[in-house]
Amino acid sequence: MENFTPVSALIGGGLIGLASGLYLLLNGRIAGISGIVGGLLTSSKGSTPMIERLVFLIGLIVGPLVLMTGTSIEAQSVVTSPLPIVIAAGLLVGIGTTIGSGCTSGHGICGLSRFSLRSLVATLSFMIAGFLTVLVTRHLMGVA
Amino acid sequence: MRILVSLICGTLFGAGLYISGMIDPQKVLGFLDIWAIADGDWDPSLAFVMGGGLIVAMPIFQFAKKRSDAVCGGGLELPTNKNITGKLILGGALFGAGWGLVGYCPGPALSALAFGQTDTIIFVATMLAGMAGARALHLNR
Repeated sequence: MENFTPVSALIGGGLIGLASGLYLLLNGRIAGISGIVGGLLTSSKGSTPMIERLVFLIGLIVGPLVLMTGTSIEAQSVVTSPLPIVIAAGLLVGIGTTIGSGCTSGHGICGLSRFSLRSLVATLSFMIAGFLTVLVTRHLMGVA
Repeated sequence: MRILVSLICGTLFGAGLYISGMIDPQKVLGFLDIWAIADGDWDPSLAFVMGGGLIVAMPIFQFAKKRSDAVCGGGLELPTNKNITGKLILGGALFGAGWGLVGYCPGPALSALAFGQTDTIIFVATMLAGMAGARALHLNR
């Protein structure tokens, strides 16, 4: 449990919750990252203007940039998987979130916050799949 | 105003991913590895991120849901589909498998572009390809 960071997790989680809540209250939209990105990849309808989607995603990168340059808070983003696995994982995440209409933010944070049974089922589905995948890769195959 | 709100919300969201450590796939995999609980190596941090997020988001959502419009104008666009389908569960399972392989879900992967690492760029590129491909086949309907 030496990696457990409850305080920064709660504070960071609170910021994510605040961002999601404000986005719905002020702009009337669900802060589901896969949905926001997906809307940029299609030409059809969608009532959220492209520019609003785009600046939200720019913000996702600006947030960490501001913190890493302007504060002493440190973070890293370590990928240990070999390239073919990275590619397969990217495709699975892209296809899965499209078929399942959402990801950790849209179903997990926003869906559960509005008491959506559909989002609860989706959240359980991807959490269980995540647990099982790590069981296979780390414990049965012994990689990463 | 709506554009400014989008930028601020995105920035707060990205800052939250950075501070919480969820921008690091190893932190996420440390949580998904519940099989290490017995060895004392499990990292429950992600559950605290979800908890912190829900504690703040839930009251705002419940308040916002009662309104007929958004503060900055326009309607509230809430999902109307309530059907629990095989597609929903299959999509979740495929996403969860990809999530468990590398440790990136869409938000942290995009935020991690701030580090400019090749692996992250490749993950995001293939994720976008997967989204575009699935949408082209109308699998999002």
